[in-house]
Amino acid sequence: MPTNEELLLLDLWVSPFSTRVKIALAEKGLSYKTQEEDVLGGKSDLLLKSNPLYAKVPVLLHNGKPVVESTNIVYYIDETWPSPQLLPACSYGKSTARFWADFIDKKVFDAGRNIWQSKGEELEAAKNEFIDILKKLEGAMGDKDYFGGDKFGFVDVILIGLTTWFYAYEKYGGFKIEKECPKFAAWVNRCKERDSVAKNYIDPERTHEFVGLLRKMHGVE
Amino acid sequence: MASEDVKLLGGWPSPYVMRPRIALNIKSVNYEFLEEKFGSKSDLLLKSNPVYKKIPVLIHGEKPICESLIIVEYVDEVWNSGHTILPSDPYDRAVARFWATYIDDKWFPGIRAISRADGEEAKKKAVEEVIAGLVLLEDAFIKCSKGKSFFGGDKIGYLDIALGCFLGWLRVTEKLGNFALLDESKTPNLFKWAEKFSSDDAVKDIMPQTDKLMEFAKVLMAKSKAS
Repeated sequence: MPTNEELLLLDLWVSPFSTRVKIALAEKGLSYKTQEEDVLGGKSDLLLKSNPLYAKVPVLLHNGKPVVESTNIVYYIDETWPSPQLLPACSYGKSTARFWADFIDKKVFDAGRNIWQSKGEELEAAKNEFIDILKKLEGAMGDKDYFGGDKFGFVDVILIGLTTWFYAYEKYGGFKIEKECPKFAAWVNRCKERDSVAKNYIDPERTHEFVGLLRKMHGVE
Repeated sequence: MASEDVKLLGGWPSPYVMRPRIALNIKSVNYEFLEEKFGSKSDLLLKSNPVYKKIPVLIHGEKPICESLIIVEYVDEVWNSGHTILPSDPYDRAVARFWATYIDDKWFPGIRAISRADGEEAKKKAVEEVIAGLVLLEDAFIKCSKGKSFFGGDKIGYLDIALGCFLGWLRVTEKLGNFALLDESKTPNLFKWAEKFSSDDAVKDIMPQTDKLMEFAKVLMAKSKAS
């Protein structure tokens, strides 16, 4: 990367969306600085200025220009530093990847939140919905090693960061992904062997503790 | 493989269906428009979009592409005719995608919220939120257009399509409620843009007429009250 390029990531250590961006940056071999945002305490002026509409992390500042929304950021990274390409080469492959990235964004995190925010019957329903989503994703992957096919690619980047919160969902939901969706569990382990993922994968126990805090804040327990 | 065998599953009232139709028009692509019967889903739709079972779906040589803005990007990449729809600069693309997501996730649901609002106070609040959203989009327009006619510059681009497809429903909401959402004094640039967009060659023949759409809206509202 030329030395006049400056990358700053406004970050929250536990955010699966920040993790997603860090993995993308690592896949491209890009160096960057981070600024930890205390989203529960007080947000920095830079965050409020860079993302005035949502005031959320992650935000990637490239030479001072902010890119917001994690999936958007990953598209930006892939387009600005095209090698190695995360999206497939052909247009149809690209549209399929975009479709599943969009599906993941519409469904996974919210379904997870429904698990840790609920109890009793609601919890049971939330758990079943979550497993159903993982099964759909298994279907999308088919017999391949990755969503990208033989190579770790765009959809893998979009999804793997979110799995840092899955241990918490398993604990609160009373289920194991390895049992319900073994193919999915195998894919997670495969991805975790990659440098870019291993170096940025947040310890699931720490995430579980954080979600516990969120539950208290939301009055769930 | 170029223009042979292009089908679009859709419905004339759907703003989401308008999006790929505008893109295909920009590229002068001949396609077969397969109208779904309102209230039922064809076997082809269920087979082509098993995840969401929704229109629009583009079928290009048997391969289905779903989700309106994903279809627009696909059309832009596959066909070189006409002009490019997505901005060429990655940063401009990121800005366009950001606002398109805002329009879909926050702004348009605000329009639907107006018709669902219970009572005068709630309606007033819902209207104010939509107008506040338009003020944000006015600012985005000034930044993206850089003095030209469209978000995309001289020609219609991705963000024009993302927002412009909702103009029909916006006008219906204004007429039914007897208030202005797109206000010349509050959002003068968007006001001008709306006219230019609606009369563009790629748009004018497929923008639903407000009266026809209003009739359709009344049928929809009657059905939802009955159920």
